[in-house]
Amino acid sequence: MLRYLGRRLLLIPVVLIGLSILTFTIARIVPGDPVKLAAGPQARPEQVERLRADFGLDRPLIEQYFTYMGGLIQGNWGYSISNRRAVGPDLVRYFMATLELTILSTIIGISIGIPLAIISARWRDRFPDHGARFFSIGAGSIPVFWIAIVLQIVLAQNLRLLPVSGRVDPRADFPEIITGMLLVDTLLRGNLSGFGTALRYIIIPAICQSLLVISVVTRQLRGDLLDMMNKDFVRVARANGIPERLIWMRYLMKNTLIATVSMLGFLIGYQLGGAPLIEYVLDWPGIGQYALKAALLLDFQPIMGATLFVGCVIVVVNLLTDLVYRRIDPRIGFK
Amino acid sequence: MPPLVEIRDLYCEMITFDGVAKVLNGVNLTIHKGDLLGLVGETGCGKSVTAMSIPRLVPQPPARYPQGQVLFNGEDVLTKNAETMRVLRAEQIGVVFQDPMTGLNPVFTIEQQMVDAILARQNAIGATGFIRGWMPSARQQRRAALERALTLLRRVGIPEPEKRIYAYPHEYSGGMRQRVLIALAISGQPELLIADEPTTALDVSVQAQILRLIAELVREIDLTVMLITHNIGVVAQLCNKIAVMYAGNVVESGATRDILRNPKHPYTRGLMQAIPDGTHVRGSLQGVAGNVPSLLDPPSGCRFHTRCPHVTDRCRSAVPPMVTVSEGHQVACVLYADEGAGA
Amino acid sequence: MSSVSHTPNSFARWRTENASQLKDLRRGIYRFMRNRLSLIGLVIVVVLVVIAITVPLWIPYPDDVTGSLDPANRMKPPSEVHLFGTDDYGRDVFSRTVWATRTSLAVGVIILTVAISIGVVLGALAGYFGGWVNQVIMRFTDIMLTFPGIFLALAISAALGRGIEIAMLALSFTWWPGYCRLVEAQMLKIREEDFVAGARAVGASNSRIIFRHILPNLLTGIIVKASMDFGFAVLAIASLSFIGVGVQPPDPDWGSMISQGRRFIPNGWWYSTFPGLFMFITVLGFNLLGDGLRDLLDPNATVR
Repeated sequence: MLRYLGRRLLLIPVVLIGLSILTFTIARIVPGDPVKLAAGPQARPEQVERLRADFGLDRPLIEQYFTYMGGLIQGNWGYSISNRRAVGPDLVRYFMATLELTILSTIIGISIGIPLAIISARWRDRFPDHGARFFSIGAGSIPVFWIAIVLQIVLAQNLRLLPVSGRVDPRADFPEIITGMLLVDTLLRGNLSGFGTALRYIIIPAICQSLLVISVVTRQLRGDLLDMMNKDFVRVARANGIPERLIWMRYLMKNTLIATVSMLGFLIGYQLGGAPLIEYVLDWPGIGQYALKAALLLDFQPIMGATLFVGCVIVVVNLLTDLVYRRIDPRIGFK
Repeated sequence: MPPLVEIRDLYCEMITFDGVAKVLNGVNLTIHKGDLLGLVGETGCGKSVTAMSIPRLVPQPPARYPQGQVLFNGEDVLTKNAETMRVLRAEQIGVVFQDPMTGLNPVFTIEQQMVDAILARQNAIGATGFIRGWMPSARQQRRAALERALTLLRRVGIPEPEKRIYAYPHEYSGGMRQRVLIALAISGQPELLIADEPTTALDVSVQAQILRLIAELVREIDLTVMLITHNIGVVAQLCNKIAVMYAGNVVESGATRDILRNPKHPYTRGLMQAIPDGTHVRGSLQGVAGNVPSLLDPPSGCRFHTRCPHVTDRCRSAVPPMVTVSEGHQVACVLYADEGAGA
Repeated sequence: MSSVSHTPNSFARWRTENASQLKDLRRGIYRFMRNRLSLIGLVIVVVLVVIAITVPLWIPYPDDVTGSLDPANRMKPPSEVHLFGTDDYGRDVFSRTVWATRTSLAVGVIILTVAISIGVVLGALAGYFGGWVNQVIMRFTDIMLTFPGIFLALAISAALGRGIEIAMLALSFTWWPGYCRLVEAQMLKIREEDFVAGARAVGASNSRIIFRHILPNLLTGIIVKASMDFGFAVLAIASLSFIGVGVQPPDPDWGSMISQGRRFIPNGWWYSTFPGLFMFITVLGFNLLGDGLRDLLDPNATVR
């Protein structure tokens, strides 16, 4: 396994370099002057030029690329022109928010998706199946930014159950940051009211995000279960007198686990890329929002940083998924 | 002594996309304790459906049984509920299927699958199979089951079972997998073993070993076997009784020697003639003229009448009943209707 | 005279040649019809297509589509006169919503067509030739796949200007890797099959083998994926319009309408709600249909 791991790890830099070149090219080709945008309409030309030189944006492109990559390797992710902060720490902070959201939405998604899929497969082509499928396809069809708005209207403004947007209550004390994930941090410190507040803020974004997870999980798992149900070894198990419940709980679940893992890996990776629309509408400070704002302002270094960071994360997630996959399926080795 | 299995006038239909297939057309079959019955016939004649009706392993839709009885130890299996059938399968009937390559779950070890099957047969396994595994008495049960599994594997001829039991199915050859499946089938000490073409998917040399294993088991553990095959050679070696099926009916049944030496039914005669015999080196192979009829729209009366060289009008009108032509030897053909008494 | 006698013969011949596939198709259609969900999807899609095509004929307020201004009528709630109410320019929300169907469906078709064209060709080349061609193409595809779609679209539109055509181009660029992967994987399997060796033995050229023999087999997979992607394509273009990069005002589009309507929440709730609802039903219809098509066309699906 280690040899396989080593081989895969070697490929990572290749993909990342390719990604960085691609991103760099796109970001620099884009016309429009981020420096002028950042400096503001009142700035005098000399001030704009000073700013430009400060940020090294007056150098030739190739030099800029290597300077940037060089800094990257040393841990310096650059500075954002638009908000004058270092990109690195910001990236981490925003990413943790996205991570928190991803974990919660995946948990919700699986909790609903797996039972739905089992119901669907067990009562195939009868009413429960149709209901479950309608629900799961529906969940995947809802425009995410629209449902976010609708939930805002209904839950937050009309019923005043939940906060409208954002992540933290501006009036409360800011909870101590350990991992950067509020839900975890408040629990670690036994701060139950803080936990409650954080939960209230995260629930609408999590629901919106989980819709996709529910949709994919249910459909995929249902298909896999149906495939498995027709396999010979199920027939053999039945013929040997093994009770149906055991066949379902033990055999079918483990067999479908394999396909589910790879699908979950993909979903998690996708979500970790940030959900710019949800974060934008609900003002959730995740990496999607960070990158979106930077993109709209043509702020070059955050864009590069965010893209590379997310690309890295996705590659790592893919690798982990692959390893887990190969570990649980005894048929596939680590070739 | 009542027979172990008695199938009386069984009709079975299958609902398919193209219509209703009349798969079984009034099957009559008897198996006595200690028999090694060979059920022979062409592909599609209904042998598997007949055999699998005993443990009710034919999925019911699309199949249905409009008429007839399947008696196992005197009780009609068709009227029993699912849980009773499960217990029946766990304790009294064992089944071996044709394809050993797909019969075992590829992601569980042999040990897990065997222990599960053994424990399930003892009704010792709970809903998830996990919870029960933690309690001390359960741990003991698992150990006992493991011992039993090892004994079974040894009996079916797996070398070094203590080590090999922890392997995965894909590490076993086809022949070994079939042995494991046989071990699974007999793990509940069943009275009846149904083997559906157990050697068709194996190499010829391995075939012989598996068949020998089955014969030995018959003697050792007092097993009654119903062997389904389309290979008459196998039947001739192994079985003491034969039943020949054609297009949903048993057309002839009796002791192997009687049928092989003295086939009565025109179809059986055709089959026997079709077997290439070392003596006729030159000359063409003899088949049975015509094709297997469609089960969606089968011929009326005796379904063989479209291919029978001795066909008469009586053949077209009704399915001929089984008549006894000599001790234990029965035929369903109008040619002998006058000779013997009705079955 | 001979041309007349040829036509019925060749149709009959085609029928017998493809008899088994036709039978599978009939069986699939039978299953499709029995699946209530796919039927619902089919109905929705048909209705939408009809709406999209015929809208100019019956639209109640045609001028509102192109951006008239009726300040007196601003932000009126839904009524008999204005089914979905009016927006901040006094335009009829219903007319604009329904007109947006045209744009969205057309855009979806264009995006997928371009994406499929690029993806299938690249995937076929990668899968068929293998070796370094495969490596180059597939690594490029991997890189494209790690790049988040929205940003690519943003970047391209920032470079080339805002507008619907550019957004379509950008989205096509995000979509083709999926098809490339699909086709490459299938191609790798199929090129080992016997009938390919047979064609080669007879002397067929590579391009002929690819296009005439292999691609028809991949068609099913592509159609299934396309039908499932269509809904998402519609969602994507609306998302871009929501941010402001897609359809430009005053052209109506669900995404931009939802975005503009945000300012008037909660009192002017109809402005954002109805276009969203309409969009939801559209995507739902296509997804249901796509799901049903997958059941219909997937050769691995077993009859119950």
